[in-house]
Amino acid sequence: MSWGTYMKRYGTLYLLLIIPIAFFILFRYVPMTYILQAFKKNNILIPPWQVEWAKNNGFQWFIKAFKDKDFIIALKNTLFLNLLDLVIGMPMPIIMALLLNELAFPKYKRVTQTVLYLPHFLSWVIISSITLRLFATNDGLINKMLGTSIPFVGDPEHWRGTYIFLGIWKECGWNTIIYLAALTGISPELYEAAEVDGASRWRKIWHITLPGIRSTIIVLLIMNLGHILGSEFDRPYTLSNPLVTEASKTISIYVYEKGINGQQYSLTTAVGLFQSVICVIFLLMSNTLAKKFGERGIW
Amino acid sequence: MTTLNETKNAPRKLHDGMIKSRKTRIGDLVIAGICFLLMLLCLLPMLHVLASSLSSPEALVRNEVFIVPKGWNTEAYKTVLTTEKYVRSLGWTVVLTVICTLLSITLTICCAYPLTYSNLRGGKFINFIILFTMYFSAGTIPHYLLLNSLGMLNTPYALIFPNCISVFNVIIMRSFFYGVPDSLREAAEIDGAGPIRVLVKVYLPLSLPVIATLSLFYAVGRWNGFSDALMYLKKSETEKYWPIQLLLYNVIKNSTQTTEQAAQEGFFANGVSKTIQMATVMFATVPILLVYPWLQRYFVTGVTIGAVKG
Repeated sequence: MSWGTYMKRYGTLYLLLIIPIAFFILFRYVPMTYILQAFKKNNILIPPWQVEWAKNNGFQWFIKAFKDKDFIIALKNTLFLNLLDLVIGMPMPIIMALLLNELAFPKYKRVTQTVLYLPHFLSWVIISSITLRLFATNDGLINKMLGTSIPFVGDPEHWRGTYIFLGIWKECGWNTIIYLAALTGISPELYEAAEVDGASRWRKIWHITLPGIRSTIIVLLIMNLGHILGSEFDRPYTLSNPLVTEASKTISIYVYEKGINGQQYSLTTAVGLFQSVICVIFLLMSNTLAKKFGERGIW
Repeated sequence: MTTLNETKNAPRKLHDGMIKSRKTRIGDLVIAGICFLLMLLCLLPMLHVLASSLSSPEALVRNEVFIVPKGWNTEAYKTVLTTEKYVRSLGWTVVLTVICTLLSITLTICCAYPLTYSNLRGGKFINFIILFTMYFSAGTIPHYLLLNSLGMLNTPYALIFPNCISVFNVIIMRSFFYGVPDSLREAAEIDGAGPIRVLVKVYLPLSLPVIATLSLFYAVGRWNGFSDALMYLKKSETEKYWPIQLLLYNVIKNSTQTTEQAAQEGFFANGVSKTIQMATVMFATVPILLVYPWLQRYFVTGVTIGAVKG
């Protein structure tokens, strides 16, 4: 088909695409040019491509970041919290999905699912406003009921636990959706055959259900590993309080406080670039690793 | 489309088969019991908020409220509904959410639909530039600097445009469109329908479930959105554009700062504000909690498609 007839027939498709593509260029690709700011002197009044290069061949801000005690703490906190999320948080939805899958009463199962999805629809602002009341050290309802005064949100160690727990509480139910979908792909004949052989519930889970969702688990593991240095903002920021900043200050909060509040744009752009690059590297690495083990990977 | 329906029904088939041949009923009851406890874990905090919002401030300060309101009192709701600050923020958040959802869903359809044409010239390239943004992002500050040079900082546009298309949702939409049989499109094209007519007459009517799902995702995202407002609306005169989440955050932060003073001075003013906070939390959550259960069947399918293709 010649370009003329093609455009006459399908030209409207490009009309539909104009605004979405303009969006991606303006709000996703143009900001990438501002990454240049990471290698330039800190000046927001003129666009970064007109600003002078920073010291140390432009790497002044990267060096400064790694000499900054606050950044090192933020880096450690981000890694540590994400690692805890991965190790403790990732198996939970799998266990919950297995549990729901074993639930024998269809109507009850549907109600359970609806209720378990509820926390996903609450914002972190809401969750923190409830948590700070329930988990308060002296007059919190939970401590009152237990008759204790555990500083759930009042000291760094306990705060980390609370942070992980709330993360699981919010997203565990929602994350079962993917596993439950994968479970429906397992042929019922496998279960029937296992029952004929007299397999117990546990043996069926171990030998049929878990292998059936193996590739889903791997894909989600890759995604999570890719985000090991990525950091959420809402969750640590809303849950944080002055008593626990040594545990709660993550890279995203560091960037917000030093960059947007402190106007150190070059430094925080450099930190953001470091974070994005590490994310891509981790994603590529874990994807390659998964393929080495004979899995599909994510692309 | 048929494949989607099949997967939806599959779990029930599986279960019927399992129930018939199962002998260990005690195990089933134990599992049902565990699920019940998990449900309580999800529901109790919300019930506590509801009870707190309907209790007297004194009972709240004495920590006597669990999930039954004590000293029944709807004063907090009246206060919220008559305080200009709260009413304006709630109203604005509703308006903002409606605008953003309509804009986002329209653009998502416009973006996803052309990509389903396998003969779209340059389609592969367009696909790539869209997907690439999922894996590499410029970061918080470059986005902030861009909005600064566009003059969007401290304007409501900063809450509408920068995140109005989610790549993830485009993928879900596109995958759903792929499920529409090609024969339907071809039949319409033979009748002389152009791409837009095919979209309106064939694709959109078949895609209502996915449109509902993605609208829910966009609406929840905007309704619960907090960090963009925090970062982009810094000037004090922009307070009138604060969405409810940011207002709530600031109200709670200020009240916890004064908690210690209030406790030292031993007066109940703090309790009054606590019931009001809880009433505000109810206003900020109930709209979503009323909607999502009805769309459950659809968003389960949506998430599944996104996971498989993403």
